[in-house]
Amino acid sequence: MIFVIALKELRSMFASPLAWVVLAFVQGFLANVFLKQVDTFMIIQAQLARTPNAPGLTELAVVPMFGAAQMVLLMSIPLLTMRLISEEKRNQTMALLVSAPISMTQIIVGKFTAMVAFLCLILALIAAMSFSLLAGGAIDLGLIAANLLGLLLLGMAFSSIGIFISCLTMHPVVAAVMTLAVFMGFWVIGLAASDPGSWLNWVSISKRFEGFLDGYVSLPDVTFFLVVITLFIFLSIRKLDSERLSA
Amino acid sequence: MVDTDNSLTLSASGLTRKYGNNVAVSDVSLALKKGEIIGLLGPNGAGKSTTMKMITGNLAPTEGSIKVCGIDLIDDPIIAKTKIGYLPEIPPVYKELRVNEYLKLVAKLHKVSSKRVSSAVDNAKERTGLTEMSERLIGSLSKGFQQRVGIAQAIIHEPEVVILDEPTVGLDPNQIIEIRSLIKELGEHHSVILSTHILPEVEAICDSVQILHKGKVVFDDEIGGLRKFRSGKSIQASFRTPPTQEILEKKLTNVKVSQVREGVYRISGLELEDDPTDVLVQLSVHEQWGLFELVGAQASVEEVFVELTTQDETAI
Repeated sequence: MIFVIALKELRSMFASPLAWVVLAFVQGFLANVFLKQVDTFMIIQAQLARTPNAPGLTELAVVPMFGAAQMVLLMSIPLLTMRLISEEKRNQTMALLVSAPISMTQIIVGKFTAMVAFLCLILALIAAMSFSLLAGGAIDLGLIAANLLGLLLLGMAFSSIGIFISCLTMHPVVAAVMTLAVFMGFWVIGLAASDPGSWLNWVSISKRFEGFLDGYVSLPDVTFFLVVITLFIFLSIRKLDSERLSA
Repeated sequence: MVDTDNSLTLSASGLTRKYGNNVAVSDVSLALKKGEIIGLLGPNGAGKSTTMKMITGNLAPTEGSIKVCGIDLIDDPIIAKTKIGYLPEIPPVYKELRVNEYLKLVAKLHKVSSKRVSSAVDNAKERTGLTEMSERLIGSLSKGFQQRVGIAQAIIHEPEVVILDEPTVGLDPNQIIEIRSLIKELGEHHSVILSTHILPEVEAICDSVQILHKGKVVFDDEIGGLRKFRSGKSIQASFRTPPTQEILEKKLTNVKVSQVREGVYRISGLELEDDPTDVLVQLSVHEQWGLFELVGAQASVEEVFVELTTQDETAI
């Protein structure tokens, strides 16, 4: 049942130009960053060869792309999650899902699954760019795997927050703006958290993501993301349930 | 008061819904047998939609219980919902999908087994006259066809109870006739609840009727009861050489006479057993009043509402 909803959601996404525009924007932007980095690497390659323990191709070309991908997700995920629930409310199609013999949990998890599938598509494109380097040299596959995992968790956390905010309003645009504002808030927390001992560091999504950028997959970081994802999915379900009770 | 009768497909008792201090629906009870069509009639804001939302699990009742084929909707929503098909006021269609895609999706959501999905889709399309629209985008269909898609959506899983919220609103007269005959047909295999504010519609298709006013049931009877209630209340007579109002009142006993306009009188306060029509015609011939038109005026929706609601208040 979850997959029925997820498939429907993906079909609706790709029926509108939005999904295609987002994919094109993500790909165009990241390809640009990636090419610039590869160019830089070619120029300084000779110097690097003489330096002991120098960063390799993966660190110089691939990792910055993942760093940029964080910002790209921050901007594009609100556009993708904004309509997931709010549009169903606005068009009164929520009644169809609620009257069907499925639970609120299945509805929300189905929609979240659609977002994860979309994220996987973005990740596949990013991975394809990274692996294209194999044609000309060796790359650190472990580091890339850690980066992909980090980006997936980050995208999932952003998506669950976006879905929750989409539950709060009937207007997709309001949901998008609110979601973007919240993500900006997280980003600012990341900037403010310069002192490693500060509690800001502990709650900052971007600081958590930086670990993955360095190829460092730590249990606390993974757990942090999983907790955020679960929390906001749970809140979304509660919100929909409460509407049935009190709206 | 819980009804455990197995022949009932839907029984709701004591449904109450409050929004804060505002009571939208108060103590509404419904019992529906297989093959029965019930009409919920009421002016706007009477609580028809709220009642339907509660029966379909879209809104939790503040008080009361709902059983669908003996299954409690509040305790066991998932199983109970498989037995309900619901068309809300605004058809819940995804405009970016094609009719076929949409109906397939709905069939899957309602847990129609994957082998039977395509036959269920074809069947629903055939019954609602959508077969030729299969590949059209729902957003490009006219309001009437979108409404049909909404009805197809409600019957695709062959539910025991079909609930239609104002199914003929916004349709042209031809479409209304088609949809009404479709609903009558549905009533043969399913139990149907429909809401409307059009009285003749209820008379045309329903077996029994409940009239809601300000969230309360003010009338609950078989359709014959409503007809009786409405008809025989008054007649309107037009004369070429009219008698005066006093003469009419004197000659016809036990009636009230009022002048509508020059030469046209409305005779009201009639009882079915004591119909003065014959007397009136005889008198007209005898006295040469020149009666040329005699219309049995049925009470309009407004009059029925006024009468029921004022009755209700005097009863209190």
